[in-house]
Amino acid sequence: MINEKMHLVEDLFGEGLKAVPTRNGFGEGLVNAGKKNKNVVALCADLTDSTRISYFQKEFPARYFEVGVAEQNMAGIAAGMAVAGKVPFISSYGVFSPGRNWDQIRVSICYNNANVKIAGAHTGISVGPDGATHQALEDMAITRCLPGLVVIAPCDSIETKKATEAVAEHKGPVYMRFARENDTVFTTEETPFEIGKANLLKDGSDVAVVACGPLVYKALVAAKELEKDGISVAVLNNHTISPMDKNAVLDLAKKTNAVVTVEEHQINGGMGSAVAEILSRNYPVPVEMVGMQNSFGESGEPKELLEKYGMSVDGIKMAVKKVLERKK
Amino acid sequence: MSSIHDDKIKKIEEKANEIRQDLIKSLLEAKSGHSAGPLGFIDVLSTLYFHVLKYDPKNPNWEDRDKLFVSHGHIAPAIYAVMAHAGYFPVEELMTLRKLGSRLQGHPHRESLPGLESSSGPLGQGLSQAIGAALAAKLDGKRNRIYACLSDGEHDEGQTWEAALFAAKYKLNNLTAILDRNNIQIDGYTEDVMPLDSLALKYESFGWHVLEVDGHNIGDIADACEFAKSVYEKPVMIIAHTIPGKGVDFMEFKFEWHGKPPNKEEAKASLDQLRTLGGKIKSEHE
Repeated sequence: MINEKMHLVEDLFGEGLKAVPTRNGFGEGLVNAGKKNKNVVALCADLTDSTRISYFQKEFPARYFEVGVAEQNMAGIAAGMAVAGKVPFISSYGVFSPGRNWDQIRVSICYNNANVKIAGAHTGISVGPDGATHQALEDMAITRCLPGLVVIAPCDSIETKKATEAVAEHKGPVYMRFARENDTVFTTEETPFEIGKANLLKDGSDVAVVACGPLVYKALVAAKELEKDGISVAVLNNHTISPMDKNAVLDLAKKTNAVVTVEEHQINGGMGSAVAEILSRNYPVPVEMVGMQNSFGESGEPKELLEKYGMSVDGIKMAVKKVLERKK
Repeated sequence: MSSIHDDKIKKIEEKANEIRQDLIKSLLEAKSGHSAGPLGFIDVLSTLYFHVLKYDPKNPNWEDRDKLFVSHGHIAPAIYAVMAHAGYFPVEELMTLRKLGSRLQGHPHRESLPGLESSSGPLGQGLSQAIGAALAAKLDGKRNRIYACLSDGEHDEGQTWEAALFAAKYKLNNLTAILDRNNIQIDGYTEDVMPLDSLALKYESFGWHVLEVDGHNIGDIADACEFAKSVYEKPVMIIAHTIPGKGVDFMEFKFEWHGKPPNKEEAKASLDQLRTLGGKIKSEHE
């Protein structure tokens, strides 16, 4: 059953749903945050349009700083601004930030407890034709291990907008990841969003699918199709990777005794790994992981790539059936 | 005309000598840490803390304070010794350096010790943070100045040059950087490890106003910091030529002393030299 408290769109599986890149929601949310708080500032490393930080630049030119192709310097400048009371958002592609400036994020930002927000665009295999160099598939692994750093992977453009506004209010460093492609908008303005609180979108009793990012929608579609096979699947939108909503994960595991994790990220070290860490220490159950299986990506259309690497509706359904086998 | 009186120079020189002695004692007690770099930069740090910077040790978060970002965090023992003498914490606390539970971490941790503007150690990160503070000060219309201290060795790091480009682009005239040019790094002399000269020409070509001083001449350091305030269109880089190990003859100019503390005998010999100003006066101490 779809959870009505989540206020998802009415015709959840209809043909007419809008598709918008999650990064657009970031651009809109950042403008709203900038209107609310004059201390919000933005920096970008030569990717102003594609990260959508251009929306903020247009609205607040004096609070926008172009750093050039220099992600390490950008992270450091933001740390210095944050310690002086600003709320800096830094943006680039996930492969470059946090990819190229991890030590600056670790020491200048996290060890300083600097209130910096790191926005990583173009994450996941669905970045598509640019190929493996530009597909961030390790960003959650290298950020979720940093003490005090909040890590968020929103599921659609509306949730990204809300997350961006919440992140601006949150005191402390945050990493958020976005996708490049048009992704189905299935939440609404009324859908709740709270950092660190996972949303149970659909209840179920046989298997729990714990997902993050735009693949959450595919998980819902897979769950609906599996109902026809008599399999009852719960879907959890696990948008906050760190600190993870441990209770939400454990409650579902106890109810279903079988878990499938779904993410556009390496299965080693990602959201699924974090779920497995919680389960293995508290309530061990069989887990299957949908995500990149320890390989680099390649060029191709987003849909082709998601299918080839198993991050499709069919891939999720197969993982559900596999974990059910193991449950028996 | 000098920006500092002779009697103040003399007082700062005496203070720097006292600080060097406390530094040696804290390194002996810690049994690890860096010797040469900290000794070499004490005259600059003393001039900053006892003449140049505006701050209040009783209110370290005073909004209009000048801010000092020391990028080469391995000179932490020197920063701590100067801060103790500036009134941030009791001098006795220097003996907790690098020990479990101490506020004086092996490399500076901002969250542990009030008065530190940043955590540092991994090289190349300080100038960027100082730039962030300078930008924020400009946005807020503040008149305070931002100071960044950098080592020469960390100019091997690309981030330092990214930051140099940026500071010139945004004409950060509220930023003064001081380069601790001691010509040593862990693996040897800087010009052998990775030639850096001419740092002055490099910074000039990057769009900075460059000054060069004897990093042990208190009057010259003070004058350069004062002059920097009058440069309107550019950030200022003061290249302070320093002698690593300054004040202890067997450490001076030796890269071998970059990363180790003195043992008991070496500490005694160091303190004897410092107390007698290299044999010029008699020591009343043991």
